[in-house]
Amino acid sequence: MNQPAENPALTLRASGLSAGYADRQVLRQVSIDAGFGELVAIVGPNGAGKSTLLKLLARTIAPWDGSIELLGKPIADYDRRELARTIAVVGQENVIAFQFTVLEAVLMGRAPHLAPFSFESPRDLAVARAALEQLGLTPLAGRYVQELSGGERKRVVLARALAQEPKVALLDEPTAFLDLKHIAEIFAILKQLRTTRGLTVIATLHDLNAAALYADRVLLLKDGEAVASGAPEQVLTAANLRAVYDTEVYVGRNPATGAVMVLPASVESSRPRE
Amino acid sequence: MATRAAPLDRRAPEAGPDRAHLTRARLFAVLGALAIILLAVVIIACAFGSVHIDLILAFTDRAGPDHAIFFAARLPRVLMAAVVGAALAASGAALQALVRNPLAEGGILGISGGGAFGAILALIVGARLGGSEAIVPLCAFGASLLSTVAVYRLAMVDGRLEPFTLLLVGVIFNSFWGAAIMIVNAMVNFYVVHSILFWLMGSFEAPTWREIAIAAVLGAIGFGALFAHARDMNLLSLGDDAASELGVDVDRLRRAIFLWTSIMIGAAVSVSGIISFVGLIVPHMIRLALGPDHRLLLPAAFLGGAAFMIAADLLARTIIAPAELPVGAITALCGGPFFVYLLRREGRSSLWS
Repeated sequence: MNQPAENPALTLRASGLSAGYADRQVLRQVSIDAGFGELVAIVGPNGAGKSTLLKLLARTIAPWDGSIELLGKPIADYDRRELARTIAVVGQENVIAFQFTVLEAVLMGRAPHLAPFSFESPRDLAVARAALEQLGLTPLAGRYVQELSGGERKRVVLARALAQEPKVALLDEPTAFLDLKHIAEIFAILKQLRTTRGLTVIATLHDLNAAALYADRVLLLKDGEAVASGAPEQVLTAANLRAVYDTEVYVGRNPATGAVMVLPASVESSRPRE
Repeated sequence: MATRAAPLDRRAPEAGPDRAHLTRARLFAVLGALAIILLAVVIIACAFGSVHIDLILAFTDRAGPDHAIFFAARLPRVLMAAVVGAALAASGAALQALVRNPLAEGGILGISGGGAFGAILALIVGARLGGSEAIVPLCAFGASLLSTVAVYRLAMVDGRLEPFTLLLVGVIFNSFWGAAIMIVNAMVNFYVVHSILFWLMGSFEAPTWREIAIAAVLGAIGFGALFAHARDMNLLSLGDDAASELGVDVDRLRRAIFLWTSIMIGAAVSVSGIISFVGLIVPHMIRLALGPDHRLLLPAAFLGGAAFMIAADLLARTIIAPAELPVGAITALCGGPFFVYLLRREGRSSLWS
């Protein structure tokens, strides 16, 4: 891939991260890095610490221990607005108070680029409109966000993240609430941004098949510790998944895409065998 | 997939609110219109009252009674109503941004009640100690700030601000401060009781120019400080985490809103007593007409609040002329049903889904 000289190969490098809330430790010595234009998936069962890891990388919470470097500079050294221009975060919980329209909500993504007391310029508006178009939201631009469905709101938040024009996107379960068509579309948009702009994406994913199909690398977490990390076919093995999820799985290949495919194979969970 | 550039000149074919996003031109147009409305309301309110006066004579005949009534009674009263209305409405809008809910307001949350108690205490203790009048707004501000922070912290459950918990805490604070004022009321002599009543009911009766000046300066500074955070208030409606991830220093923003709304409410209460619901009605009307963008909402509430309060006071002093009603009673009479309507609506809408 053609990389501009000022971009180091590793956009984000985090090592030895430990963190938690009050007395409860959630992450132990986890390392993760992501290269220019890469998509790294964080997978693991509920409570494994996926969202906490993402919050650390976003600097929403501070680690107890460990270091995070973004574009060669410690993340703690970033000014708030500089960080917001570099990293966009799409959380799981997407609320909005008051009757903001979809366009107004997406324009909020331009905030870290605006000078104090200034208004959105024609370019800011063009960036927001392009983000709306990319996520198929143009027909909804004038609607109130509060009146949209869960999936539509999710797309609004993704559009806001695109409008931020970040170098890194941190996505917490980006496919939750979305139907198959929109999931495929979102990964297609991410793919396009990764190749054209070198956007680095780190996403937590419940869906192991999505991780296998779309991620360059996968980090598998269990109880706050990294179990395996690497290419999808190295990490998403039957042995690893059985150990982490504590259930029988079948790991094969998706006949259409050739990607690793994971299916539940616990017989007790379904119909009795004849 | 190719990036399709969205044409800027094409009007989106969507259904929905017919509202353009905020531009500088739109902001100035709206504020200009509101300023003209405010000026018209000022002129009308100066012309009418329990006694008829001739506005032309008031300016031309410096020795006449029209001049005396206009400059000693009518104009100060109208200006005081404007200053207090502006401060209460703008602070209401900022408090609503803070709690992400249109039901918050100084009166409802018990912040004005705290301010009134502080003012009454300052008046009584100050009178005993022979202290200066200046401690009244200071104590009103201190007690308002205390109430704001306490209400906010108490309404926070597991890091979340539930609208109904917030309202309950406000109810409790209102009765607490009401009781505290009643206790003071029972311990003082008849003359002080009258001024305590004045604070409880809210009125613009006979303000001095000095009071107007103090309230105007504090209101203007408070408004300017809040307006500087208007864009951050927009981002705060996305929640603390999302706002912070978009570059907002959420703790600093919260502290600024605590501080400046308390100063504005304290200043308003110390000169006019408790006037509830203005901070609820005015921002809601403006949001309905112009949208929730705080860069427009805050200044529009400031001007609209002034006009609304002057109109309410005009009603208060003419409706049963020559006697007059406390203006706080008028705003509460309009505001009560309005509050119930908002409560029903917010209970239905999925504000936090």
